[in-house]
Amino acid sequence: MLSGIVFWVLAVIAVATGVAVFRVDSMARATYALAASFIAVGLTLLLFDLQFLGVITVLMMVMEMAVMAIYMIMFMGMNPALMPMSMVHGKRPALVVSIGTFVVLAGGALLVDWPTRRGAPAADLVTSLGEAVMESKMLVMMTVSPVLFATIVAALVLALPRSRYDRMGADLRGRDLDRGAGR
Amino acid sequence: MSVDQVSSAWVPLAAALLLAVAAAAAALDGALAARSLGHHPASGLLTPVAETARLFRQRRRSTLAADVPLWRIGGAGLLTAALLMVVVVPLGRWTVADLAVGVVWFNAMDVLLWAAVWLAGWGPNSAHALVGGFRFLAQALAYELPLMFALTTPAVAAQSLRLGDLVAAQEGLWFVVWMPVAFVVFCGAVLAFSVWGPFAAATGSTTAGGVLAETSGVDRWLVTAGRYALLTAGAAFGATAFLGGGQGPLLPAWLWTLLKTAALLAVLVALRRRLPVLRPERLVAPAWLVVLPLTLLQLLVVSVVVVVRG
Repeated sequence: MLSGIVFWVLAVIAVATGVAVFRVDSMARATYALAASFIAVGLTLLLFDLQFLGVITVLMMVMEMAVMAIYMIMFMGMNPALMPMSMVHGKRPALVVSIGTFVVLAGGALLVDWPTRRGAPAADLVTSLGEAVMESKMLVMMTVSPVLFATIVAALVLALPRSRYDRMGADLRGRDLDRGAGR
Repeated sequence: MSVDQVSSAWVPLAAALLLAVAAAAAALDGALAARSLGHHPASGLLTPVAETARLFRQRRRSTLAADVPLWRIGGAGLLTAALLMVVVVPLGRWTVADLAVGVVWFNAMDVLLWAAVWLAGWGPNSAHALVGGFRFLAQALAYELPLMFALTTPAVAAQSLRLGDLVAAQEGLWFVVWMPVAFVVFCGAVLAFSVWGPFAAATGSTTAGGVLAETSGVDRWLVTAGRYALLTAGAAFGATAFLGGGQGPLLPAWLWTLLKTAALLAVLVALRRRLPVLRPERLVAPAWLVVLPLTLLQLLVVSVVVVVRG
């Protein structure tokens, strides 16, 4: 009963804030509406007793949105982050794609002949989940993550018009212009 | 020592306890401020009461084209995050929420401050406040990763993310003894997410008060109270994860938790007048090149000990 109420409240919050992402006219509001939507989804996961996944979703998404807000304000040319603007682009294709996706997913959820549960859930869900997700793919993950990280750093260096290479020269040995006179 | 989850009817009492300890921290800060001005320390003890009375009567300042909802959410977010942090911290034998992932919960709640402080800076549509918000995010990039690995260390030692297990694993030897680096990094991160002492640049005088530049009246009270509450919640978590929680001779477990929290909190409050404010843009390099490797080394040492002991 109580978990039913909590589920519906969280579901309504998740959908309403998700809609708000496209209805508000400011980047900050859109960003944090999306964060609120993710928080509601993360808390919904707690209802499935997926404590780690639920809490980590909240953690990752809030952090991500905070970083996203900086990037948008830093890198958007006409700076729509600082002035009201519509959050919707390509309305018709977006509508077609989203309605199509919803119909496929919802139809699938209702029509698929779901298998019945085999076996019992593991005693330590977090451990078995970690093994299921990572065990055979650990090597791949360990290779991919430095590449991903290097890509992010390289993209940042290219995108920043005035970075440390500009301040200190190509070999980074010059005087740091940001530190002012006397340094 | 086992930890029992109490009925949710105790939640208001837990919140009141957090606020009471935070008020004591504010009184201590008032006393230290009075002493540094050359007055008798006792004359500053009532500063929080006077400030509360002043701010509750003060009118709200309004700014042009402010984003009021986000401003209010940000301002109230600090106290909210602190209240949510302490629900997993056991007071002796009792805890409000006995989460199996208590350490991650604490971490997730401190990440909420990334949003709260930035929104408090964004909301008033004022340059100084926004600069303060960005200063906090720059600082957050510096402290968050070391904090995460510092939080991982006791969890690895106890082989559990549940705070009750962390306390139980410290029977005989507190974690602070064999993971001092993680403890110091954790305390630094508590100062940083509370925007306190050396990490108070986001509210610093060089930007006319930063995120607090336009905040007045009850909103300013909420932010200030939130910072003290965050320091308190951080101290309570630190006392539990590193100082043995309710472990101790003679006195009851809840009193030990309170005493350790109060002692750690007093040190954190006192550091405000001992250390200079650090510039956030200079923080990331030392944090990632020095502090983070040290924290990882500490984690390695602890992991090896855990593996060797079996």
